[in-house]
Amino acid sequence: MKGSNAWIVGAVLLCLFVCRTATAQVEITGSWAARNHESLTGDGLPVDFTGIPLNDEGRIRALSYSESQLAMEERQCQGWPAFYLVQGPFGLKIWSDTDPLKGTVISYTIGAWEDRAPLTIWMDGRPHPSKYAEHTRAGFTTGTWEGNTLVAYTTHMKAGFLRKTGAPSSDEATMTLRFYRHGDILTVLAIIEDPIYLAEAWILSRSFQLSAMPLPPTGPPCVTAYEGSSVQTAPHYLPEKNPFVDEMTTKYGVPREAATGKPETIYPEYRKKIPPLGTVR
Amino acid sequence: MRIVCIASLFMLPFIAAAQNPGAPAPGAGNVAKTNAKASAPAQLQQDLTGYWVAFVTEDWRFRMVTPRKGDYQAVPMTEQARKIANAWDPAADEASSDQCKAYGAPAIMRLPARFHISWQDDNTLRVDSDSGMQTRLFHFNSPPSSPGERTRQGYSTAQWQSAALKVVTTNLRSGYLRKNGIPYSENAAAKEYFDIAPHPSGGQVLVVTTIVDDPLYLQQPFIVSSQFKKEADGSKWDPTPCTVR
Repeated sequence: MKGSNAWIVGAVLLCLFVCRTATAQVEITGSWAARNHESLTGDGLPVDFTGIPLNDEGRIRALSYSESQLAMEERQCQGWPAFYLVQGPFGLKIWSDTDPLKGTVISYTIGAWEDRAPLTIWMDGRPHPSKYAEHTRAGFTTGTWEGNTLVAYTTHMKAGFLRKTGAPSSDEATMTLRFYRHGDILTVLAIIEDPIYLAEAWILSRSFQLSAMPLPPTGPPCVTAYEGSSVQTAPHYLPEKNPFVDEMTTKYGVPREAATGKPETIYPEYRKKIPPLGTVR
Repeated sequence: MRIVCIASLFMLPFIAAAQNPGAPAPGAGNVAKTNAKASAPAQLQQDLTGYWVAFVTEDWRFRMVTPRKGDYQAVPMTEQARKIANAWDPAADEASSDQCKAYGAPAIMRLPARFHISWQDDNTLRVDSDSGMQTRLFHFNSPPSSPGERTRQGYSTAQWQSAALKVVTTNLRSGYLRKNGIPYSENAAAKEYFDIAPHPSGGQVLVVTTIVDDPLYLQQPFIVSSQFKKEADGSKWDPTPCTVR
């Protein structure tokens, strides 16, 4: 009897050891508070595409955007694509669903906010759907562990915006997220690729801090209302007619080519082309 | 019973790691006595050294352009810090030949710059910047008993943690978190984590998470993360002195 017990315990321990490779290496569930010490939203001024390596098509579309579109009833609740979770001012509430028999994680979910859909990261090895499958606001995401790093890959997002100021994203955009946990800090690296509107991958990161205060898993509901926008119009700007294109230059000394997201402006050598403080107006 | 014991022994390090993900990797604490370079996690050993260029894809107007006086968005400053920042005088910094205040360890990885990471010796990782021509040394050895003179880059201790590098810097001279005079005091400490990821077009991305703690000038730890792309060589390396503006 003693011997058979030992075999059972041994088998369970060995199973746990083998299964470890398929399960979380670190715990990432919980409430991760945003500290917002980085200005990732970049939505203080209507034409702020700084740091986004837009191609010419992306730039033209971005400059045609008017934020008054958000007053249209049909657009008030459109929300932002999954990229917004590393840009918005909100924290991350992450939880997992586990297989009741195996104990393995089937999926992680990052909770929603009013203008951000919940993001489910499937960990069970299921494939991404066909390219003809429906695209949604959050898209479809699968994840794997690479050592202690959770790597998530998102496809099937609806066309939307890379930034709230109107820098566009297409429905061919993809996002790779890498979650690095260091003690009570969770750093999320986002690599966003879009063959339609980006000249190169847009890479940004954001850190969150573990919070003892629980974050809500969802935000308040979005409710539409008449905000004075005529149903006959979609606010926009024609080419070369955006009145805000030089606002970053006059307020902050940011050259127009940087404000409009020229790819070369994200590299250090571009700084040599910027006139010193106080000379650009 | 023998099987149980053997299986348990295999699992011990993994159980310990799962309980404390921030803890050093097994054996990490002993690297200083042996050879930090040789004991680097495989991922970092191959990939961390080389030339790295900053992607300024976030906080562009605070990093590429010197912000104007009074533009302190997103920094959790104390009232005392705000008073000091409001008195920022770039001409005075220039006149006193103190142009490198914004190039100290708590702020330097946020600058638009290239960095060259190399091993100075088996237990010291060296990080040079072209912008400001600063040198940081990450010591895997035990820190010296007396801290010595305070410097712009302070004294950095380093250790491997799982597949990441952790660096803690103290013994700093006071300086600026941003070029427009947002101060950190000499009692500030910077904790950093270096992680590597693949770049979609080949090569690697380096992510540096920086946590600055300053009881005097920060209401809470200032947390930012910056990313870099690895370059094939140093052909774009462009040493330039510190600038105030």
